[in-house]
Amino acid sequence: MLYREAGQFKTTYAADMAIFPIRQDRIALGILLTIAFVGVPVLANFRIWPFASEYLLWAILLPFLILALAAIGANILVGYCGQISLGSGAFMAIGAYSAYKLGTGVHIPLAWLGFAISIPPLPVLASILLGGLMAAVVGILFGIPSLRIKGLYLAVATLAAQFFFDWVFLRVPWFTNYAPSGSVNAPALEFFGLTVRTPIERYLLCLIFVTVFAVLAKNLVRGNLGRQWMAIRDMDIAAELIGIRPLYAKLTAFAVSSFIIGVAGALWAFVYLGSWEPLAFSIERSLQLLFMVIIGGLGSIMGSFVGAAFILILPIMLNLLPTQLGVPLSTETITHLEFIIFGSLICYLLIKEPHGFARLISIGKEKLRLWPFPY
Amino acid sequence: MVRNKLILAAAILSGGAFDSPAAAQNEQFIPILSYRTGAYAVNGVPYANGVADYYNLVNERDGGINGVRLLVEECETGYATDKGVECYERLKGKGPTGAAFVNPLSTGITFALTEKTATDKIPIITMGYGRADSKNGAVFAYNFPLLGTYWSAADIAIQHVTKEVGGVDKLKGKKISLLYHDSPYGKEPIPMLQVLAKKHGFEFTPIPVTHPGVEQKSQWLAIRQNRPDYVLVWGWGVMNGTAVKEAAAVAYPRDKMIGVWWSGAEPDVQPAGDQAVGYKALMLQHGAGKFPVHADIEKHVYAKGKGASEPGKVGEVLYNRGMVNAMLGVEGVRKAQEKFGKKPLTGEQVRWGLENLNLSEVRLKELGFEGMLKPIKISCSDHEGAREGRVQQWDGKGWKIISDWYTANQSDTEPLVDEVSAKYAADKKIQPRDCSKES
Repeated sequence: MLYREAGQFKTTYAADMAIFPIRQDRIALGILLTIAFVGVPVLANFRIWPFASEYLLWAILLPFLILALAAIGANILVGYCGQISLGSGAFMAIGAYSAYKLGTGVHIPLAWLGFAISIPPLPVLASILLGGLMAAVVGILFGIPSLRIKGLYLAVATLAAQFFFDWVFLRVPWFTNYAPSGSVNAPALEFFGLTVRTPIERYLLCLIFVTVFAVLAKNLVRGNLGRQWMAIRDMDIAAELIGIRPLYAKLTAFAVSSFIIGVAGALWAFVYLGSWEPLAFSIERSLQLLFMVIIGGLGSIMGSFVGAAFILILPIMLNLLPTQLGVPLSTETITHLEFIIFGSLICYLLIKEPHGFARLISIGKEKLRLWPFPY
Repeated sequence: MVRNKLILAAAILSGGAFDSPAAAQNEQFIPILSYRTGAYAVNGVPYANGVADYYNLVNERDGGINGVRLLVEECETGYATDKGVECYERLKGKGPTGAAFVNPLSTGITFALTEKTATDKIPIITMGYGRADSKNGAVFAYNFPLLGTYWSAADIAIQHVTKEVGGVDKLKGKKISLLYHDSPYGKEPIPMLQVLAKKHGFEFTPIPVTHPGVEQKSQWLAIRQNRPDYVLVWGWGVMNGTAVKEAAAVAYPRDKMIGVWWSGAEPDVQPAGDQAVGYKALMLQHGAGKFPVHADIEKHVYAKGKGASEPGKVGEVLYNRGMVNAMLGVEGVRKAQEKFGKKPLTGEQVRWGLENLNLSEVRLKELGFEGMLKPIKISCSDHEGAREGRVQQWDGKGWKIISDWYTANQSDTEPLVDEVSAKYAADKKIQPRDCSKES
């Protein structure tokens, strides 16, 4: 009843091909975007519950948005193209460090050629996007093995990217502008003359990035390219037989995925941490992103958001709960409990619904469509 | 149906999670960022216990600072930078006036918070760790690397080596390696050691160990081949114990190893057993042992069953360090109360208190820290306050102090502090304060 599509006729090709062909979906998305773009900043600005402190914006929503963006990137590769990757953390790092180098000015002395390449500091927006581009280039390079190996073997090959770049950013002082401690500071966040400082501004900045990239990604996966990716994922030999070039399809998936992850990495470094070290993009980050994709739902843009929320926010909630309820437990016990409960929840969820939250949501939608008599 | 109920319950609970409890008005909130789990828990736990017990002591014995009770809340960081940032955001606004100050207990978290705390106007106390250039209070108004930075530590370590080899002239041509945790923490001393190597003519080799530090075979192979005269150890948690065991495995003399003050506590040597005998480490002024303040803690905290630690571990190195750290923060608040009144204070007010902190011999005696610490005086231009240390040696049962006091040579560290902090100020567009005009 709530979700009945009867009477929604499509009379044009455009209507038939719309991203959200069902009216209820459009309304729901409209409400969600209004809340995100207008509701949250207004509530936060006037410090209305639950935004009484900056905590919710700074420590929950900001990392959630950025990691959701990274999860979208990971989902394109893992979920849509079926190439398991354990190198997402490395691509975030490449985005972050490239953006840092471009944002602070690049100087490459080429003594044996007798000249030096110098690029003046670029604006922050350009450096973030170019950071993503650098990640895309490296992503293509590390995607080349995918033409010969697949599945778990490929996962191990991408692991090489993870370890290699962990090592590079720790060891090569050029990338950190010779910082004595190896920890670097992001340049001031200036966009078209405006400086982004407050949590609300940072939140809006990330929200714009996430919205734009989510729409772009959604359109990509609906189109020709996305269909090629999915064909490769479902059966690469069959895909090749119907005329899809695996080289092109796989490398574009690596490029697009790394680009989005790279941008997310640059945002994580510039907007969220402000000052970082390679440990911020360690193997744990790669695993975290892979889990977000698996829990959220392979091959679903919305699933990336839900997965990010589950992996990032739920542990924090579990950690906060005992204190908020006034249960006197030591921090040690709370942390161990958090691990136990969170782990069990993942097991339970994957047994009950191996296709993740995205599948759960679509089942919910089906049931609503048949409500009040779902079968 | 069950699922719906679960969702409802989750919604109610998550809604509740953001409620701030009604705060009592005469309380000073102090966050504790600690780690009692993870790879560094062995060292994180005794430290956190010391911190918790001292705050408890102030409440139980004195009823707070001049009647203002301390309200503390712990948050588990697991030594992870992003968790640390989350914890800081979670706790910074609590209590009637927000956090008085914050101790991140991790160099990585310190780096990430340096800019945030300056914006939020909350002092960040990094006792014996953190960024060495933040000693310059003119640029880093909210950072307080009290009692010593890593550059001071490096200087003290080299002074001790000089004394052992028998003079500065004998240092020439000696080989000194630094076995360091591959993170901002471990890398901090490198520029200082490079300066000293150039000055004294010794050969300096940094050898990195990746997080968390249980894998050191290849590093010790390199040490065995290179046979350095001394190995400085800049480790934390499991890395320290592993280093001692690996040294024994390649028969590198333990008495030629000098750990920084974070590599010189009981959990670092006890697991290695007899293999650790002879291992040396710097002291952040204090060592292990009990002082008058411990008697108070036993009487007012442990006798009431409110102690955080096992009673047998009271007085260990890291426990004492946690206590000293808590004491310096509390004294900063007390000093600030002299100017702003005996009420809960904001971070900005506490910052003034820390910047004007002056603990004399007499005051330390009153506090029960006599013999444990030397006097410390903070000023606008010097947020370090004291740069003294001794060297201790593990004899298999306990730490024995084997040296006199060394004072880090300011003429070595100061040019580097000025250079690096000036660069930070330029990067971040900070106008350094004029310290001659501060009151």
